Amino acid sequence: MEFGPHLFLAILEGAITTAVISLTAVGLSIVFGIMRVVNVAHGEFFMLGAVVAWWVATTIGGHPSWGFVAALIVTPLIVGAIASLADRLVLARLNYDPERTIVATIGLLYVFQQVTLMTFGPDARPVEPPFNHRIAIPWFEFNESGLNLIWPWGLATTSYKLAVIAAASIIVTSVWLFLNRSQFGLIMRATQLDSEMATAFGVPVRRVYSIVFGLGAALAALGAVLIVPVQQAHYLMGGDPLLLSFIVVIIGGLGSLPGTILAAVIIGMSDGIISVFFSPTLAKILATLLVALVLIFKPQGLFGKKVK
Amino acid sequence: MSDFREQILHFSNLGILVLLFFIVSDYHDGNLARIMVLAVYALGYNLLFGYTGLLSLGHALFFAAGMYGLALPIHHLGFEPLSAFVTSLSVAALVSLAVGFLALRTTGVAFMIVTLMFAQAGFLISLYFGKYTRGDEGFVIQQAERTFAGFDFTDPTTRYFAAFALFATAYLLIAWVVRTPFGKSLIAIRENEDRARMLGYDVQFHKLIAVVLSGTISGASGAAYAFLFGYAGATFASVQYSILPLLWVLLGGAGTTIGPLIGTAFAFYLIDISSDVTTAHLLVVGLAIVLLTLFAPQGLAGEIRARLFRWLP
Repeated sequence: MEFGPHLFLAILEGAITTAVISLTAVGLSIVFGIMRVVNVAHGEFFMLGAVVAWWVATTIGGHPSWGFVAALIVTPLIVGAIASLADRLVLARLNYDPERTIVATIGLLYVFQQVTLMTFGPDARPVEPPFNHRIAIPWFEFNESGLNLIWPWGLATTSYKLAVIAAASIIVTSVWLFLNRSQFGLIMRATQLDSEMATAFGVPVRRVYSIVFGLGAALAALGAVLIVPVQQAHYLMGGDPLLLSFIVVIIGGLGSLPGTILAAVIIGMSDGIISVFFSPTLAKILATLLVALVLIFKPQGLFGKKVK
Repeated sequence: MSDFREQILHFSNLGILVLLFFIVSDYHDGNLARIMVLAVYALGYNLLFGYTGLLSLGHALFFAAGMYGLALPIHHLGFEPLSAFVTSLSVAALVSLAVGFLALRTTGVAFMIVTLMFAQAGFLISLYFGKYTRGDEGFVIQQAERTFAGFDFTDPTTRYFAAFALFATAYLLIAWVVRTPFGKSLIAIRENEDRARMLGYDVQFHKLIAVVLSGTISGASGAAYAFLFGYAGATFASVQYSILPLLWVLLGGAGTTIGPLIGTAFAFYLIDISSDVTTAHLLVVGLAIVLLTLFAPQGLAGEIRARLFRWLP
């Protein structure tokens, strides 16, 4: 393949990474923005999402689309409930002290991961996509007879991958609408601005925190349900999304939703492109160093507003 | 008086470690040698976390810097052990100086994430240069490369007392450092950074020295681990090895001299025993961390100090 089509493929792969990472990163960002909790176990909620999706899909059986649709609805609920429970049992008892919650979520990370290893096992397991058509993509080239359309071999994607991108955009938009237009979104923003004042106005802050933590986890789980037909479910799969979401949230500015989305596009795309042309490891090395330097020299993030 | 009491305690602790070698079985001697080397890592971590109040999530970088700083020159350049050990200490000191210089511009949660990211970059770099480090698979340091000055460090007795010598050095060094004016000002920074600054202490400089000391001690532990057990691999640079010293120090008691050893030994045997039952032995690590943060944030030695002996160092 020539450079042009190759780059186009890299951008397509990057767009899928972007779609999934924007879901997990928005989840992480909401939790940090409202609760001021850095959730190191966030990647494990992604992993639980994939595992639960596999479990739901195989339990239902029949045509793959039934299992997939069921997984899409049930998985976020189950994972969200697990997260809310973890919030009640652990985080609430630590009074959301920033440093102690980080340590506690590290512990939770191992608990979720290892319990999955004990029950689900060490194998990677696939979920069948509900639909999967190969779509060849045309490319253009100039020659003596002017502009021509050609169909380079290997330049193709699947309908499912395109649907993932569409679905993620819809979900992220709805989350944004939910936060900015709904009653509960208002309560959440009030809690974020001043939790004591919110309490004084009768907002059940503890319950809001539980729901927010569940919502954040549910978003990660949704991202996982979308990606699990492309990438199999495995008990160690939470590491990469955690790292990438951290990178995205920090570069985008902690707690800033539009910044997070913009950063997800930049990181997802450059991850796709650098991975295709150089090496995935190099892409991650550059991204992690970028995060460290952003935090050191521009702690409000590249797109975030300066706080105080 | 209290000086004398503490010194008696320190030397009897070390004496117990010598005696244990003759009492317990060969299997436990091997375990104890590992525990003492890893406890040096915990001691280094404790200097920063327990005494200075800086929570780093990236100490695996320093451990691995020491490990590769010793193992790579021996393996690829044919260094003899002593110069390789000196090299590894210098590498660990330089890496911690660089990380400290940059990361200390941040505080609190940002500091935790920056150190985590630097360590992750270090881990990925060790994978990227898999041609030399052999990545996750790692490489073995041959027996011939592990003899020095007539001592064969693959021999269990030599290994035990080499581990003991390193542990005793680090233990007494830290017990001494935290009693010096420098150590006292670290504790002052932990207790109230603003007040320490107001009293005229150069807080940034004190913290930087603490990071370098802590990183170099951690590096010494990594180097000793590679040398005494003959293996270096990228696993030791992974996030898990940044979390473990935190667990050990939390278990044993942050800011206590003996805590790191107690914590390391406790966690080591906890994992050792649970490995017989299940492959998911990290579950124990996770549960221990959650339960400790919930119910005993002071750790074992910390609880003993709070309840029984207020003078415990």
